[in-house]
Amino acid sequence: MFRLQGFWAERGCVLQQPYDVEVGAGTMAPETFLRVLGPKPYRVGYAQPSRRPADGRYGENPNRLFKHTQFQLILKPPPVNVQELYLESLEAIGIDLKKHDLKFEEDNWEWPAGGAWGVGWQVMLDGLEITQFTYFQQCGGMDLDPMCAELTYGMERIAKYLQDVNSIYDIVWARDPETGAEMTYGEVRLAEELQFSVYNFEDADVPRLWEHFNSYEAEAHALLVKAGELFGREDASATEKKRFPLLPTYELALKCSNLFNILDARGAISVTERVGVIGRIRALAVGTAKAWAVQQAAAASS
Amino acid sequence: MAEFLIEIGLEEIPARMIAGAEAELGKRVQEFLTRERLLENDATVKTYSTPRRLAVLVSGVRGSQADVEEKLTGPSWGVAFKDGSPTKAAEAFAKKAGVAVASLEKVTTTKGDYVGATVKRAGKAAPEILAGELPKEVLAIYWAKNMYWRAGKPERFVRPVRWIVALLDTAVVPVEIAGIAASNMSRGHRILHGAAPVVIASGGAYQSALRDAKVIVDVAERRQIIRKALDKVTRTVAGARWREDAALVETVTHLTEWPSAIIGAFEEEYLSLPEEVLVTVMRDHQKYFAVEDENGKLAPHFLAVLNTEVDEEGQTIIRNGNARELRARFKDARFFWDVDQKTPLTERVESLKAVTFQKELGSYHWKTEENLETASFLAELASKAGVKFDVHALTSAVQLAKTDLTTELVKEFTELQGVVGGLYARAQGLGERVTLAIYEQYTPASIEDSIPVSVEGQLLGLADRIQTIAAMFGLGLQPTGSKDPFALRRAANAIVKILAESDLPLKLSEVAHSALTDDVNEREVMAFLRERLSFYLKDVRGFSYDVVNAVLAADADDVRDAVARAEALTAARASADFEAVSAAFKRINNILRQAVEKGFAVGSPDAVKAPEAQRLKDAAGALAPEVAKLRQDRAYGEALGKIATLRPVVDAFFDKVMVLDPDEAVRGAHLGLIDGVLKGFSGIADFSEIVTS
Repeated sequence: MFRLQGFWAERGCVLQQPYDVEVGAGTMAPETFLRVLGPKPYRVGYAQPSRRPADGRYGENPNRLFKHTQFQLILKPPPVNVQELYLESLEAIGIDLKKHDLKFEEDNWEWPAGGAWGVGWQVMLDGLEITQFTYFQQCGGMDLDPMCAELTYGMERIAKYLQDVNSIYDIVWARDPETGAEMTYGEVRLAEELQFSVYNFEDADVPRLWEHFNSYEAEAHALLVKAGELFGREDASATEKKRFPLLPTYELALKCSNLFNILDARGAISVTERVGVIGRIRALAVGTAKAWAVQQAAAASS
Repeated sequence: MAEFLIEIGLEEIPARMIAGAEAELGKRVQEFLTRERLLENDATVKTYSTPRRLAVLVSGVRGSQADVEEKLTGPSWGVAFKDGSPTKAAEAFAKKAGVAVASLEKVTTTKGDYVGATVKRAGKAAPEILAGELPKEVLAIYWAKNMYWRAGKPERFVRPVRWIVALLDTAVVPVEIAGIAASNMSRGHRILHGAAPVVIASGGAYQSALRDAKVIVDVAERRQIIRKALDKVTRTVAGARWREDAALVETVTHLTEWPSAIIGAFEEEYLSLPEEVLVTVMRDHQKYFAVEDENGKLAPHFLAVLNTEVDEEGQTIIRNGNARELRARFKDARFFWDVDQKTPLTERVESLKAVTFQKELGSYHWKTEENLETASFLAELASKAGVKFDVHALTSAVQLAKTDLTTELVKEFTELQGVVGGLYARAQGLGERVTLAIYEQYTPASIEDSIPVSVEGQLLGLADRIQTIAAMFGLGLQPTGSKDPFALRRAANAIVKILAESDLPLKLSEVAHSALTDDVNEREVMAFLRERLSFYLKDVRGFSYDVVNAVLAADADDVRDAVARAEALTAARASADFEAVSAAFKRINNILRQAVEKGFAVGSPDAVKAPEAQRLKDAAGALAPEVAKLRQDRAYGEALGKIATLRPVVDAFFDKVMVLDPDEAVRGAHLGLIDGVLKGFSGIADFSEIVTS
């Protein structure tokens, strides 16, 4: 992970720390979701713990996790040799490509609730998907111009591969330089996987989760209405626009998204309801993205 | 005569799109050169592709277009020249045509004399034309999914264009596509060759230059290499064979530039998982070929096709990596299997309420209820007709058929729906008949596939599909043109195939009726099924279209009977007598149509007078009951043979007798006679549909 970060830092990427609100994927962090909008070039890399409640397996499955870590990279716009740079990054973390089989296989990505999609590949190393490589085309329902490349490295999988172990939980996370005592992934994280699986599948209180959902939604919605009024007013000053709290609005939308995922894992959302709820989250996420684009344009022109 | 090469260098193209795009580019280049008069008559066009490139090599390109002479006609001579001097009209025409006034000619036509001009157009050089127009052809290639990559979104293509090679013999053609100027530099294998450019001296050197850079550009050659490599590594295991899978061979051919293969192994304990699950994991998720032993049983090995060539150490690394991933997948599958067993299928019926079948119709629970009704209707008909099957097993199978949609294994491997349900039914002791029916419910999946073996499976398959068709028609969601989002044509094809190839004595109308509700137009559903029957007879069974039309005009309800009649008719039509009778029937049809148009009355045949008419009446009268009996016994060959014996009397009748006699009574009798003949012998097929020479 250090080496991967170092590699991209040397290539002009801002290194960010993980975003501190629950997300399902690195894409949903504002460093990606909002930064890809607008014309301003940006390069950023960050590790992002990503929660997928329905993927929890009580710590019993060697390959699946409720929470895994992505290393997320955004190159906006992508350099023409982005694929070659990506291959170099693999060499940098110790993968000798001459001794492996590497394929770029079609895999397109979309996040309907975010109005976001792109085309790209899953990068297969000896039959293992190690990276999702996407050319982002739309976000927040808007065409991206310039578009950007999004590289998402699955860190647990890569570590498992590099260490040649059969279970994620056997990955050595740290080794005492004096005693050689090892601290494994399982020792650090197993309890979390188990307990969150129990919570997400069995104990989460459905009516209360809905209350949370509705209350976050109401607050986000109220802010978006306010934003709409402000940005629509001709006499609104640049300062007024610039200070409008859209980033907090987006956090509220993310809260809703995470609550939805827990409700879904809990089996509390019927198929008919599903589309409607996704639509509600979409209204918040896309609404924020659109407002953000206006805010950025206003900031750039002032 | 020159050679033209164009190579479009791309980031990895999706494997499923390459073959179509390669062919399309070849066609576009060929048509473009033809249109621009740059292609020699004996030109050859060869196409190549790998995941990172599409290429076309044309031998027989002209260096430039031939010069052309064009004759233009202008105003009338009298307007252009007054007293031998050119007028303004003559000058304007000369200017427009780009010639001197002095070189204008007189053109004499039937309408009078006009001014003419002969214009010479010099042919343009090939590079100029190529540079100007070829980019449009390339960028017009159809892709199922496109992207843009440059700022301002000037073009969309499957993936970013990274280099262009365009050569006319050894010279670079100054083509620019998506902002990339052509050169003579291609690229080799990403890893085996690296980033250094590969210089292509000329089109003729294309294949070999890239071969040196570890890229096989010829698809057929790569396919062959892959097959041989699979054979070779499989031979390292005694008695083993790799399972043929042409579609998978195509996929891996389009995923590789320099293919090789490895064989790996997995623990025998995983063989306790059903073969269907193991093969699906290998094929669909890992793109591995399955290996079987000499008895055709799955062996604990897999074959992976690599896009590289590695040493021993690399092989071990890659083999272990792939094996570990496969093991993880198998473990996953077993995890799902074990979890799924905790809730037997019988306890999953309720949870189907949460799985949408179609949002306006309802859930799979609703679908199951509907299927139960439809299946019981069909079961009763089959029972009455003496078909032996286990009605309780059928009911259980219909009840549980969709429950596997709620299992983790099907959520993970959707292509195994039905199969998983069957396997679970077996594991949960629901009996072999229930198992088989659930397992086979989606067969035939394609028109080449075989039908369910069990009667219960056949009935479930019929009920499920006709219910879907009727329900979708009820919502107005009929397939239109090339649009068939719910695959209703495939469903109807399967219905026809099951009726044609099973022993079920069910008619199309009975099947259609089993699922009808108030919202559904029965005639529309029947017309749809009949159209599929016609497709089946023509395209699947290969009967000629006139035989199919003749057979279906007589009856299009009993599928197996239609097949039998089509077979008999195909055999019979070869005889000269039969052909003559068919021609006579066509004539009868025409005469009767004319009679209707003219308002002629059809009378009783008893009034015929001419001896030839009498003889036809007697012969037909004697034969009709015989033929009717044979038709009833389904002895169609024999029946058609009998009908052919009518030829001498029919021929004599038409030779000697004027059918549309001026005498109204005689004419009426004749019309009555031939109408009777037509009706009496059209039960097997409408012979007037048969095309005769």
